[in-house]
Amino acid sequence: MHVSTFDRYEQRSSAVHQLDPRVKVVLTLLFIVSNVALPDGAWWAFAAGWALLLLVNRAAHFSFGYLFKRSFIALPFALAAVTVLFTLPGTAVASWQIGSHTLTVSDAGLMRFASILIRSWLSVQMAILLTATTQFPDLMHALHHLRVPQVLVSIISFMYRYLFVLADEVIRLLRARDARSARLTTDGKLGGTIWWRAKVTGSMAGQLFVRSFDRSDRVYNAMLSRGYRGHLLTMNPHVMNGRDWLMAGVGTAVLVIIQLLGWLT
Amino acid sequence: MPIVHTELTKLDNSAGFPTLQVKDLHFAYPDGHEALHGVSLHVAPGEKVALVGPNGAGKSTLMLHLNGILSGGGGEVRVAGLKVEKQNLPLIRSKVGLVFQNPDDQLFSPTVFDDVAFGPLHMGLPEAEVRERVMRALAHVGMSGFEERLSHHLSIGQKKRISIATVLSMDPEILVLDEPSAGLDPRARRSLISLLRDLPLTMLVSTHDMFLVHELFPRTVIMDGGEVVADGETAVLLSDDALLERHGLESPTRMLAML
Ligand SMILES: Nc1ncnc2c1ncn2[C@@H]1O[C@H](COP(=O)(O)OP(=O)(O)O)[C@@H](O)[C@H]1O
Ligand SMILES: [Mg+2]
Repeated sequence: MHVSTFDRYEQRSSAVHQLDPRVKVVLTLLFIVSNVALPDGAWWAFAAGWALLLLVNRAAHFSFGYLFKRSFIALPFALAAVTVLFTLPGTAVASWQIGSHTLTVSDAGLMRFASILIRSWLSVQMAILLTATTQFPDLMHALHHLRVPQVLVSIISFMYRYLFVLADEVIRLLRARDARSARLTTDGKLGGTIWWRAKVTGSMAGQLFVRSFDRSDRVYNAMLSRGYRGHLLTMNPHVMNGRDWLMAGVGTAVLVIIQLLGWLT
Repeated sequence: MPIVHTELTKLDNSAGFPTLQVKDLHFAYPDGHEALHGVSLHVAPGEKVALVGPNGAGKSTLMLHLNGILSGGGGEVRVAGLKVEKQNLPLIRSKVGLVFQNPDDQLFSPTVFDDVAFGPLHMGLPEAEVRERVMRALAHVGMSGFEERLSHHLSIGQKKRISIATVLSMDPEILVLDEPSAGLDPRARRSLISLLRDLPLTMLVSTHDMFLVHELFPRTVIMDGGEVVADGETAVLLSDDALLERHGLESPTRMLAML
């Protein structure tokens, strides 16, 4: 019984994988900020951003399809921006009559919607590359070095560690439910009525909460037993070398060029 | 057959105190359930003691008292002469290597290295020393080379070994294990037994595994209903069928005879 669907790391021995995690975290954040800062309709700058992504993807020894397939998880979030299609003033491009209302899509709205879509799509892909090329503990170390508050880093890192344990527990509960949802006849669906299922799901959620609560107690005891006194200490295994500094510089320079491209053309 | 280690590695307990002195320990959980009714127990340096008894006997509760996680119900615990009380806790916790039953509770860090380093790091040791202790502890349990592995990707047998390494790295006076062989397959269990046999440390180990008791521990303590009901040579206790029967235990020799 094991769940590893949450693991996003892909083992390769590429230059991107070996880069100091701090450099990767900072450059990824800068890339996202740069996307947000670009003006609407800066198509050439967006294209340059995409080219940079493909380059990093290539350098990390991933296939084109790998990044492309995963990038679609961004789509549902972009839907939140749909309203700009109709609310921005500009020349009408298309309109629908719904009852007594008219929905009009303006050209400015269309341009902003496309820009938002592209921005989020590009940003998500860089984040995907970050998590695919950096082991989770290294990410945590990077956040720690970058002065993210210790409480926050600890919460994320416990969440990661116990996500797997929790998922295993959910699987156990589901199996227990399935094992008990037996019938003496073969007609009808397995698992009883919707009402029965709802009740079982409710009590499963309760069970899960109680078990997690008990576990947090035991984990805390285990921490106390090994000297924990309210302050988590970690070691600093990462050292920036010349290549890391170089890549940090090159990355920043490329982002500056993308910005210039976006604002000057 | 059980072996007794006469020379111990580094015991700064020169005054000749028992490693563990538990005197008339009482405890009730917040919900009012009385889990310990006057438990007394002495463990001398170098002894390997098995703690057996039915579920709910109070074994885990007793263990949580040994490093002051639980306290306040009356009675006294001393570790190498040092009383378990608030101002001694940091020192006591580095002396008592308590390993919890479920490795998922014991291993809470993302990587094996971080987990084994947790104890020494929080004891305030310098990084170079922490690193060295991690390597030594992992070598002791035969898990060298697993430093960068993620805990959730390990098998349960491996997790168990790493769990023991997480307290070995603190250089404890006594190793306290709560049901270490629970949930292990036969091979993992065998290798755990040989690991425990080879560790030159004072040990108190709770278990339901009577073969483990028979093979590893010269002395056995039986608990039931929050009390110590028998304490003596393993060979003697395990041949007293009436005693074992009374406390819901199985005699390993009888089980073998039945086969
Ligand atoms: N957190 C708790 N709250 C209330 N009662 C508890 C708690 N933990 C254990 N107990 C009770 O204390 C008694 C002793 O439990 P425990 O020390 O876990 O026994 P053992 O380890 O020998 O199986 C049991 O009756 C158990 O139900
Ligand atoms: Mg127990």
